[in-house]
Amino acid sequence: MTRQPFILRNPSILIVLAVLAAFTVAVTLMSAAYGNGAIPTSMVKVLGKTLCLALAAVAMDLVWGYLGILSLGQMAFFALGGYMVGQWLMYARTETIVAASLAQNPIPATPLELQEAVANQIFGVVGSSDLPLVWTFAHSLTLQLILVVAVPGILALVFGWLAFRSRVNGVYLSILTQAMTLALALWLFQNDSGFRGNNGLSGLQNIPGLEGRDQATLSVWFLWASAAALAVFYVLAAWLVSGKFGSVIRAIRDDETRVRFLGYPVEGFKLVVFTLAAMITAIAGALYYPQAGIINPAELMPIASIYLAVWVAIGGRGRLYGAIIGAVVVSLLSSWFTGGRAPDIRLPGYVVHWVDWWQVALGLSFVLVTLFAPKGIAGIFDRLSGLRAPRRAAPRKQEVKA
Amino acid sequence: MSALLEVDSVSVSFDGFKAINNLSFNIGAVELRAVIGPNGAGKTTFMDIVTGKTKPDAGRVLWGEDSRSLLKMNEAQIARAGVGRKFQRPTVFEDQSVSANLTMALKANRGPFGVLFWRPSATSAARVAELAEEVGLSEQIDRKAGELSHGQKQWLEIGMLLAQEPRLLLVDEPAAGMTLAEREQTTTLLRRLAETRAVVVVEHDMDFVRRLECKVTVLHQGSVLAEGSLDHVTRNPDVIEVYLGR
Repeated sequence: MTRQPFILRNPSILIVLAVLAAFTVAVTLMSAAYGNGAIPTSMVKVLGKTLCLALAAVAMDLVWGYLGILSLGQMAFFALGGYMVGQWLMYARTETIVAASLAQNPIPATPLELQEAVANQIFGVVGSSDLPLVWTFAHSLTLQLILVVAVPGILALVFGWLAFRSRVNGVYLSILTQAMTLALALWLFQNDSGFRGNNGLSGLQNIPGLEGRDQATLSVWFLWASAAALAVFYVLAAWLVSGKFGSVIRAIRDDETRVRFLGYPVEGFKLVVFTLAAMITAIAGALYYPQAGIINPAELMPIASIYLAVWVAIGGRGRLYGAIIGAVVVSLLSSWFTGGRAPDIRLPGYVVHWVDWWQVALGLSFVLVTLFAPKGIAGIFDRLSGLRAPRRAAPRKQEVKA
Repeated sequence: MSALLEVDSVSVSFDGFKAINNLSFNIGAVELRAVIGPNGAGKTTFMDIVTGKTKPDAGRVLWGEDSRSLLKMNEAQIARAGVGRKFQRPTVFEDQSVSANLTMALKANRGPFGVLFWRPSATSAARVAELAEEVGLSEQIDRKAGELSHGQKQWLEIGMLLAQEPRLLLVDEPAAGMTLAEREQTTTLLRRLAETRAVVVVEHDMDFVRRLECKVTVLHQGSVLAEGSLDHVTRNPDVIEVYLGR
């Protein structure tokens, strides 16, 4: 039996890739660095960051929409990815600056002196001048990039193994994931955690080795990197859920006990998906924070992960493109409404300031979507494509005859 | 004849209530057996113990030629060892097509990575078509299982069990909610399946059990009260006492 490659069997993948490519090229042509400058650099950064959030939403959809685990700790992996890449960005940049100033000295600095000076620069703010153990690999980009996937991956593996093995399910598991991200945030808030406490890591928009490039250029480069990551992992996620594997994880979502009696090791499947999603989320975070420029432990607070769940719900869970739509639409609307640019609504006797009311509107739309459109925005696309699918209509006719 | 499944002096209690009390039960590799008993006799608990859902407080459950203990295995491992279970209510994956349901049940590597790189072959597609034909769902093969009628879901679940190719099939009240014609079909199917494997039918419908024409085990208060042909056990004064005395 010959089968078409799976991308051709799923036209939605081609549509997503085409839209993504068109979007990236269009933004580039309107950027200050490579185009006519219609889109300011700050906006290019917002769009690039939005693509990273969309990637995190795709991973969330794998875990929640397909596997059925409402994880409220996904942004812990996102932020960890950011911290891991941030360590190198901050260390390498500080090292360049410190080396330049030490070069004025008559006696060249030893590597140890250089390291002490760097540590003093980075950790002076939390009253320390020693390089913490967790910064051992910060001098190496390669090692830190490995840590971007390794640290969240191992955290997800250990956490998942403990939780799934004990068969913690449903709302209890959600609370546990939330506790995980909260505990991690509280630990990072401490000054002696080794990650500069509530100061977090900053200056991440300056890329060591690329000092000659201005932010306008870098913002486009990161936009392309974010778009490429989204494309690659979207295709990977679509492949994952297309075949028998997708069938089994959706079956686990719907009736875990029954899947066990079919002989499938349910815990193993959960671990694979949860860990993979954590690593994808971490890569999204590693691309996001150099565009944001700063990361601090507030990024790990449970509310961030709850937002992610809201985006996926509004976009349509169990549809990968739904996750992208939800993340892009809701996060861009959020920044528009809370950015003070949305016009106020003047009611008699009361003026609705969107900055204050946007949260209420978002909460309300979440409730409405849950009640009236459980498949979210993507459900509308489903209904449209359902009209054209001949395969599903045929057996129905036969049934009428019978 | 050596036993395929050997349940030896098994006991289990829930909050002091002895659901299974020193139960011993054997079944051969090729055999049809009906397990009957009034409500609360421990029929479902017995199935839960064999399939790994419930762990007993005492006793042994041995499986196969090399007498492996099932008590050390989880539900999935027991299922992979060859124990299939049909639930009372049809449990199929309603969100997925009939063919996806059958494909999932097909005997194949069950590990996450094995499944990830599994690709349908001519053999697997033919097997799915054959199974659908066997349970009368050929026309519905691309429809979602959730769109099927109650009876069709029962048949789909039976098809999934066949796809698993179990050596021991545990069937919980197959006749429940079936029409007379469907019951006859079910009886024929169960008897045919028992020609190549062990089948245990848990039922309290005496009429249905009579049609199966097989050895009967009567459970009462968690242990075996009588065993033999249906006529033999129905003449047993203890059985009469349990069924009619109250």
